[in-house]
Amino acid sequence: MEIFLQQIINGLVQGSVYALVALGYTMVYGILGLINFAHGEVVMVGAMLALSALTAMTGWGLSPLLALPLSLLLAMAGCMLLGYSIERIAYRPLRHAPRLAPLITAIGVSIVLQNLAMMIWGREYHAFPQLIANQPHHIAGAIINDMQIIIIIMALAIMAGLMVVVHRTRLGRAMRAVAENQHAAQLMGVDVNRVISITFMLGSALAAVAGLMVSANYGLAHYYMGFLLGLKAFTAAVLGGIGNLRGAMLGGLLLGLIESLGAGYIGDLTGGFMGSQYQDVFAFFVLIAVLVFRPSGLLGERLAERA
Amino acid sequence: MTPHLLKLSGIGKQFGGLSALTDVSLHINAGEIYGLIGPNGAGKTTLFNVITGLYQANSGEFRFNGHSYQTPKPHLLAQAGIARTFQNIRLFANLTALENVMIGCHVRTHAGVFGALLRNKATRTEERASMQRARELLRYVGIDKPAQTLAKNLSYGEQRRLEIARALATEPLLLALDEPAAGMNATETERLKVLLQNIRAKGITVMLIEHDVKLIMGLCDRVAVLDYGRKIAEGVPDEVRGNPAVIAAYLGADDE
Amino acid sequence: MINYHKYLNNNRFILFVVLVSVLLLPFATDALLGRGWVRIVDFAMLYIMLALGLNIVVGYAGLLDLGYIAFFAVGAYCYALTGSPHLAAAFPLLFPDGLHLSFWIVLPLAALLAGGFGVLLGFPTLRLRGDYLAIVTLGFGEIIRIFMNNLNAPINLTNGPQGISRIDPITVAGVSLNRTQEIFGIELPSVHLYFYLFLGFAALVVFVSHRLEKSRIGRAWMAIREDEIAASAMGINTRNLKLLAFAMGAMFGGVSGTLFAGFQGFVSPESFSLMESVMVLCMVVLGGMGNIYGVILGGLMLALLPEVLRHSVVPLQQAMFGKTIIDPESLRMLLFGTALIVVMLYRPAGLWPSRVRRRELATDETEQIV
Repeated sequence: MEIFLQQIINGLVQGSVYALVALGYTMVYGILGLINFAHGEVVMVGAMLALSALTAMTGWGLSPLLALPLSLLLAMAGCMLLGYSIERIAYRPLRHAPRLAPLITAIGVSIVLQNLAMMIWGREYHAFPQLIANQPHHIAGAIINDMQIIIIIMALAIMAGLMVVVHRTRLGRAMRAVAENQHAAQLMGVDVNRVISITFMLGSALAAVAGLMVSANYGLAHYYMGFLLGLKAFTAAVLGGIGNLRGAMLGGLLLGLIESLGAGYIGDLTGGFMGSQYQDVFAFFVLIAVLVFRPSGLLGERLAERA
Repeated sequence: MTPHLLKLSGIGKQFGGLSALTDVSLHINAGEIYGLIGPNGAGKTTLFNVITGLYQANSGEFRFNGHSYQTPKPHLLAQAGIARTFQNIRLFANLTALENVMIGCHVRTHAGVFGALLRNKATRTEERASMQRARELLRYVGIDKPAQTLAKNLSYGEQRRLEIARALATEPLLLALDEPAAGMNATETERLKVLLQNIRAKGITVMLIEHDVKLIMGLCDRVAVLDYGRKIAEGVPDEVRGNPAVIAAYLGADDE
Repeated sequence: MINYHKYLNNNRFILFVVLVSVLLLPFATDALLGRGWVRIVDFAMLYIMLALGLNIVVGYAGLLDLGYIAFFAVGAYCYALTGSPHLAAAFPLLFPDGLHLSFWIVLPLAALLAGGFGVLLGFPTLRLRGDYLAIVTLGFGEIIRIFMNNLNAPINLTNGPQGISRIDPITVAGVSLNRTQEIFGIELPSVHLYFYLFLGFAALVVFVSHRLEKSRIGRAWMAIREDEIAASAMGINTRNLKLLAFAMGAMFGGVSGTLFAGFQGFVSPESFSLMESVMVLCMVVLGGMGNIYGVILGGLMLALLPEVLRHSVVPLQQAMFGKTIIDPESLRMLLFGTALIVVMLYRPAGLWPSRVRRRELATDETEQIV
């Protein structure tokens, strides 16, 4: 029972991160019908930027309570700029090209980002500095620490904020209009290019937050971390129904739970044949299962080829 | 009694909560030219897409050439003998005119991977026949440019005719044309009319959506009129022209 | 008429020159650059085969496969398991010395297995938008590495990250290719022998690609690539044909993988990273999607690039800065990534555009010849 509860907690923490990253995929998909393969790398860059800033600031003797939000803001700004540039350079010129073209540039951008990061930050794992006391709390035998609580609360707050932006503001209305029908939105006076740019920037800002969260949770950051994380967050977005914001949140949390429970029990289920080192394969099988049985995802509408 | 080539009964199609087609029933007789008209947004293209399998109707019965289809898929209907063109031309732009038409022959030919690799006698014969037929069809629809010209480099009118050649290559029983005269000048439209009459003379049934009412009236044996997703009239052109519901629909549409 | 014959003779002459120089390539390379480079050329041949296989998927059918190297891995591990002493570790009673199946038996089986995996992956995704295939293959490439890395316990199937070694060399008609052989008084070192084997396979792949391209199947693939909806309206069963392209590409990958395992004598998960998939994709895109000769050019260029970089970038940096700031490996990947972007933006047809584009320029002449 303790194991179960512990896995639920771990799953929720991990799932919150997936949800934030999945939102980035789903927003771009909703508006452009494009899978932004490079999104995972934006998360990685966010984590690396935040980590570097944090290390530098605490080195100058800044209080962790000040350094943490400052470096987060810095990482967000950096990622927003990155997201904006990616769209301008790699996607916008190809908006009317065959569908294969932006997919290929997307994978190109990922590779470039990954290797640039490796040149800048090296191949080694970077440890996340222990800044706050990170008190563990015991709940019915399971442990949750301060950082994990902060992650869950922050993720929930950001998601709530995003829903307000999308459903209650002018910008959100413009975004929904572009997602519904780009051409019509343009005729109605919506600056489509601007909305698309902002969408990429919003998604990238969320990615920066997620990047910081992941590295804080695991205590590590690495130039290769964006790849698997991106793949899983994409799975989360598909699970919830790609293009659907609530779906991305639900899918993220669910995938976190599936992964964590799966990793916790796979040993028992397979009679010890497979262990928790197979944690990373669950997302893949979830993805395949969703595509086979419910390609529109849990909350999504049809997504088969449109006319 | 003339045999019904295509028979639709009670076809309904919804998108989300919106009804695009409601209880549409019609039949097309073998050998006739059948026109589908109606104001903008009347559901013509939706109906067209249901008939060619791109959309699946939510309700109703679909019979073609004596067979009933539950969920007609485009490639199965093409196999059964329905060929189509597209309103906003969809050619294989980076392939040659000849290849475009040869792709139309795909559905009536059989060579598979082994045929392709071994290039045995049957495959060679089939390939030669396809090429022969494709060249004939290019001539037939009146494309004088070299067969090796890329589809995207043809003129607008030629592209429209190439689409018809490609559709004819599938050896259809029913040729469905989505606004074939759109964007054509008077001379080109006249040529198109002659071409369609020729095609019918070969025994191929033709169905078309068209905005050019003059073309429809001068060409079609029978015409159906759609408005707000319902069929409001059907009959020979003169009959339909005088139908008060049709006049109202068109005048109403003009007001907007 | 005279012109036509001249054209033909000219072409034959070029073909003859190309053939002779390719046959002499290992000797020339050996003499000019050293034996190490012959090995590199051998690998380049393998990459060309891989790139041509991927070209069927990406270039003809227009499907993006981002985990192509996984099929290569399937083929390689097939032969590594069945053509080495390794199975003794997993099943000591059943195979006390391992299972030393002949390469020529494993080859078709590996091709079928890789094709089978292709069907398994393609089946759920190919009825959906192309993007899903891309992401599922991306995931598959990673999953298969996780399995290769971890299937060493409790039963040691893959030997984990250490990989499987002592794989039997390939034999042709009883002649082992990993020893120097003398034929007609000419001494042929192992790398030369493998070169000719790979050349034969590459020629076969070129032949198959060429035949497919100019067939009913190839035209249907290109129709799907150009416009899937129009293709299905023409009666093409798009799902089955996409599956066929995908499975055939996977089979080519599997075949190349078995050759790799036999040549190298050793396989480990490290050889099958995402970067390898990206590299093969880059070969196809850079050379010219859909054009066999462009893809060969792309494969050759990119397979040799790392060696060129190693021999130029490091000394250059040493000379300029006194140390190596950027290692050639990351520089190579950086170049690949940039190339993917730049080519798609500015030259989507690749360095060597396909015959259609050239025909576009020379429409009148070709028409007269035909």
